[in-house]
Amino acid sequence: MAANPTLSEQGRSESSVAASATLRDVAREPGAKKPDPIIVVDKVTRKFGGLTAVNVEHIEVQRGVITALIGPNGAGKTTFFNLLTGFDKPNTGNWSFNGKSLKGIPAYRVARRGMIRTFQLTKVLAKLTVIENMRLGATGQRGERFLPGLLGLWADQERANTEKADALLQRFLLIKKREDFAGSLSGGQRKLLEMARALMADPELVMLDEPMAGVNPALKQSLLGHVKSLRDEGRTVLFVEHDMDMVRDISDWVIVMAQGQIIAEGPPDTVMSNQQVIDAYLGSHHDAALTYEEEEQMLAEAREAEAKESEENK
Amino acid sequence: MDWGAILSNAIRSGVGPDAIVYALAAIGLNVHFGYTGLLNFGQAGFMAVAAYGLAATVATFGLSFWLALLVGLLATVLLALLLGIPTLRLRADYLAITTIAAAELIRLLLGSVTLKEYFGARDGLQQFASTFYALNPFDGRFHLSLGSVGVNFSRNDTWVVFVGWMLVVVSCLIVWALMRSPWGRVLRSIREDEDAVRSLGKNVFGYKMQALILGGLFGALAGFMVGIKQAAIAPTDFATDTTFFAYTILLLGGAARVLGPVVGSIIFWFLIQFLGGFFTQATRGDNPLMPTWLMTDQQASLVRFIIMGLALMLLMVFRPQGIFGDRREIAIDGR
Repeated sequence: MAANPTLSEQGRSESSVAASATLRDVAREPGAKKPDPIIVVDKVTRKFGGLTAVNVEHIEVQRGVITALIGPNGAGKTTFFNLLTGFDKPNTGNWSFNGKSLKGIPAYRVARRGMIRTFQLTKVLAKLTVIENMRLGATGQRGERFLPGLLGLWADQERANTEKADALLQRFLLIKKREDFAGSLSGGQRKLLEMARALMADPELVMLDEPMAGVNPALKQSLLGHVKSLRDEGRTVLFVEHDMDMVRDISDWVIVMAQGQIIAEGPPDTVMSNQQVIDAYLGSHHDAALTYEEEEQMLAEAREAEAKESEENK
Repeated sequence: MDWGAILSNAIRSGVGPDAIVYALAAIGLNVHFGYTGLLNFGQAGFMAVAAYGLAATVATFGLSFWLALLVGLLATVLLALLLGIPTLRLRADYLAITTIAAAELIRLLLGSVTLKEYFGARDGLQQFASTFYALNPFDGRFHLSLGSVGVNFSRNDTWVVFVGWMLVVVSCLIVWALMRSPWGRVLRSIREDEDAVRSLGKNVFGYKMQALILGGLFGALAGFMVGIKQAAIAPTDFATDTTFFAYTILLLGGAARVLGPVVGSIIFWFLIQFLGGFFTQATRGDNPLMPTWLMTDQQASLVRFIIMGLALMLLMVFRPQGIFGDRREIAIDGR
């Protein structure tokens, strides 16, 4: 399963090589210390009733690299994303961005600090045009305050924002769709628009929730290029993804979650050959048939646990 | 059948005080529902608070009319804050439930016997608009006619209608200026998807609150006009059907369009009066035009509402965007 390291060294951009270099001495273990972390998470837990969806002891995300967050379905990746960005509140724990705690900070303030996210199910504003979607992304707009908006004291800023938006639309190949309603775009184009819109705010950290979901293969390549270009600009990228090819192709570091916990960390090649990770994805008995005795034992254990639980509930 | 009288009355109603009141109320709802997606079903409550704020300050406490206007506006802002703080974090339908309940609560409180000395219970309040009428610059009645069709307003009504339409024009200008600005863009974006707006660093709650207050203030102007046009107010002026009429008008004219509520109100009141006048005449006399097995003169005034309801249904089916709305905006389903 491990790819040939010399192969993966070929055709890589400068920033990618630099990213690998900074992570060379980082331990390949969950919660490893990074030389220059942009996000530090400590003991964050989130429970939904009896289910512990997220239980992260310690995690650091390195600045200026592309970090992938992977894990089987229901591992708690999106919940963890929501917690980091203020869209959900954890039961316990603390986490910081650029050394400042984000605990109890509402989502819109998290975004203003330079940490912009996208969504698994794209959230374009369907009944606004593409260019209006883009303009909304700009921060610090005078015209978004009531009185300056009413009095029309925003024309200059709007012009500058429109120029910036047009440049981004060029880059993301959406310029032909400029005046179309965003609701008329295809799934892949919506992903592109969401990413471009996030860049209007000049974020330090871009958080992408499944950027490849529902995107056709042709557009995938161009999306991959766009994500890499974020790192070339010096931004940090953290993304959740199921597509293993993408993870292998673009990420410098991979964090693996399963059942709410971080179970492994490391460069893509190391992580994907990690036995624990394979077990998490495929089940620990995926390569051996159960004997009759083992099956009986597991059933007995399950019954015992059940009996114990009902006892406690009484 | 006197078509001249029917048309004259219909036109008078379409540009008269009622059309003004509902145009203002619907402009407010347009800010709430059309632009921001807030399902406010308590516009009558905002109108009531403003109207009673005005009337009670003058009639009960004997203070100046101008101070009373300020009291009415402040009361409206207070109501918006009181309603908004607990409910704007909830989903849209909860806001609808809360606002309709709040509006009814306000109406019942204002009509309660316990508070009779302040608000006059079911009789309401009178004699608070004399300052307004004293400012009337018009000398006589207003009359404009073309053949047998003519519009008449008394001297007082002329003044009310003049000020009313000025308010409508100013309100439309304010809405126009705001909705073309980045501020309005944030509101429209909130209507589409709150979380997306939040993820881009905008304080969604703050914007919803501003929208609720602004729309409520247009409702307050409508409330003032209710009190002033009849120089008296009673709790029945602010029943739930007031809000429903305003919604009908908004949908008729086209939501999220600056002139939608104004055109909607003119057409609504024109048609109501036109149908009323027509059916009254068609069922009158010993040998009415309308066969009595179909409709009697007692039913005539109610049938117009049935027809209006039917027309609204047909409108929703064949032209869901209203008269001014943009079909493309309605047609796209983003999800």
